[in-house]
Amino acid sequence: MEQVTTFFNGNYHLITIVILSIFLGIEVISRVPAVLHTPLMSGANAIHGVVIIGAIIVMGSAHDGDYISLVLGFLAVILGTLNVVGGFVVTDRMLEMFGKKKKPSAK
Amino acid sequence: MEQFQELLSTNPLLLLAYLFGSVTFILGLKMLSHPETARKGNLIAAAGMIVAIFGTIFLYQHKSEGEGVPVGLHNYMWIFAGLIIGTVIGTMAAKKVQMTAMPEMVSMFNGMGGACAMLISLIEYRNDPLAPAGKLLIIVLGMIIGTVSFAGSVIAWGKLAGKIKDRTIPGGQIINFLIFVGIISLAVLVIGNFMPGTPALFYAFLALAALYGVLFVMPIGGADMPVVISLLNSFTGVAAAFGGFLYNNPVMLTGGILVGSAGTILTMLMCKAMNRSLKNVLIGSFGGAKAGASGEAKAQGAYKEISMNDSAVLMAYATRVMIIPGYGLAVAQAQHTCHELEKVLEEKGVEVVYGIHPVAGRMPGHMNVLLAEADVPYEKLLEMEDANDQMGGTNVVLILGANDVVNPAAKDDPSSPIYGMPILEVEKAEHVIVNKRSMKPGYAGIENELFFRPKTSMLFGDAKKVLQALITELKQI
Repeated sequence: MEQVTTFFNGNYHLITIVILSIFLGIEVISRVPAVLHTPLMSGANAIHGVVIIGAIIVMGSAHDGDYISLVLGFLAVILGTLNVVGGFVVTDRMLEMFGKKKKPSAK
Repeated sequence: MEQFQELLSTNPLLLLAYLFGSVTFILGLKMLSHPETARKGNLIAAAGMIVAIFGTIFLYQHKSEGEGVPVGLHNYMWIFAGLIIGTVIGTMAAKKVQMTAMPEMVSMFNGMGGACAMLISLIEYRNDPLAPAGKLLIIVLGMIIGTVSFAGSVIAWGKLAGKIKDRTIPGGQIINFLIFVGIISLAVLVIGNFMPGTPALFYAFLALAALYGVLFVMPIGGADMPVVISLLNSFTGVAAAFGGFLYNNPVMLTGGILVGSAGTILTMLMCKAMNRSLKNVLIGSFGGAKAGASGEAKAQGAYKEISMNDSAVLMAYATRVMIIPGYGLAVAQAQHTCHELEKVLEEKGVEVVYGIHPVAGRMPGHMNVLLAEADVPYEKLLEMEDANDQMGGTNVVLILGANDVVNPAAKDDPSSPIYGMPILEVEKAEHVIVNKRSMKPGYAGIENELFFRPKTSMLFGDAKKVLQALITELKQI
């Protein structure tokens, strides 16, 4: 129990951010036309690629002799980058098509 | 709080980069939900991501063992090599993928993110297996969620790519439950450090989590795959957020949680479109044995076929034709031919609209993306409610490779697994022409009575070839 209280006190700001972000995520998404569900899912997919930052930190603070950490970290950086880059590029490709047919209808 | 102040005092610039990143993620998601701003929103989020990544590489400082002075990151060679390899492969994969294979691709990228979270937890555990319970809890949770998301995404990818068949394991739910209990008990052992010096426990636990991910997705039917991908997408978001806790990293936290909550809402929206509860999706297997049995029990009536020529005549003299696309159109890559047919019909003064069911295809909005690729004007795509309103004044409905989304059993057969799902009520139109490759049931494995109804005529063949033939016939009229 004591540990829980210490944890809460120590992470009060983080917990606030989490709760506010939950509401923000719900608010932002609840008004999406069905047309955009696929690109939105794909865009959100790219955003959680932010986990790459953890991989960079792990990699960058691994000790020189610790080959297992180095190899696993290296793999994590590659996988994280795949998530980020692939995610954003795929989303852009999908949305590119929406843009094309938007122009004539707007004018 | 202390950690942020520490970060702020040593590194105000990095904190600013992270703040920038968080704001772009929120803006990006918001803009992604409007058609006009979507593309820009995606690019803005990408820009924020780049700033956050390079900020981390060059500005992040950590304390090495003991009280030492904070030092910057090293191993730059490895980091940049990883970034470059990932960027090259990621860009190539994303550029090369066919529009029809998009859902698989998203699932794959999602799995990569989950695997990344899993590896981070693994390394952190190896570095400090005797960490305080709070830290171990974060590591363990990040690891479970990341691993389940990774294993599940790979299975979802395999199913969508047709490499893995739906399989119901007898007593699967009990097995899953036992594994879940196993994971929780091992997690408690690891976190509580009840058996110090046995890292094997942690690895057993990793293996169990992976097994759980596999078994969790395995029995879920193909028709429910979009829901599963969306759910796994939000899982990975949560796994990323645990990374944020681990490193007191605000941008990982906001990014992860945003995707976690937005993904959950999106999952629920998808379930709503199919009128099923999430619980139902996860527990009941859609294409399972039960559905097949009830389908077979029904007497197969006689269906009638229609010739290419008759179909063309029917459409040429119609006032309004509604095209209902489904996965069959995507498989045949017939979206461009379909747009061509639409133009030929319009030259003859026929109004052409598209009736889009929200879950037609393999992903919500799949059909919109596909038709947008073929330059079909946005206003011609009617959402389900509007399409049903206009059905009455429609002379011909042309169904291209769609099945479950027009199945009347959803309305009038309470024993059907899709009972209650809103459908496109095509029978309100005068004629229904169904293009399919064969009489085989749809992806959900349910017999479709629509094909035996008096208004319905069947036009067998590959969607693209049929459409081309129709265009030729139409031009001769």
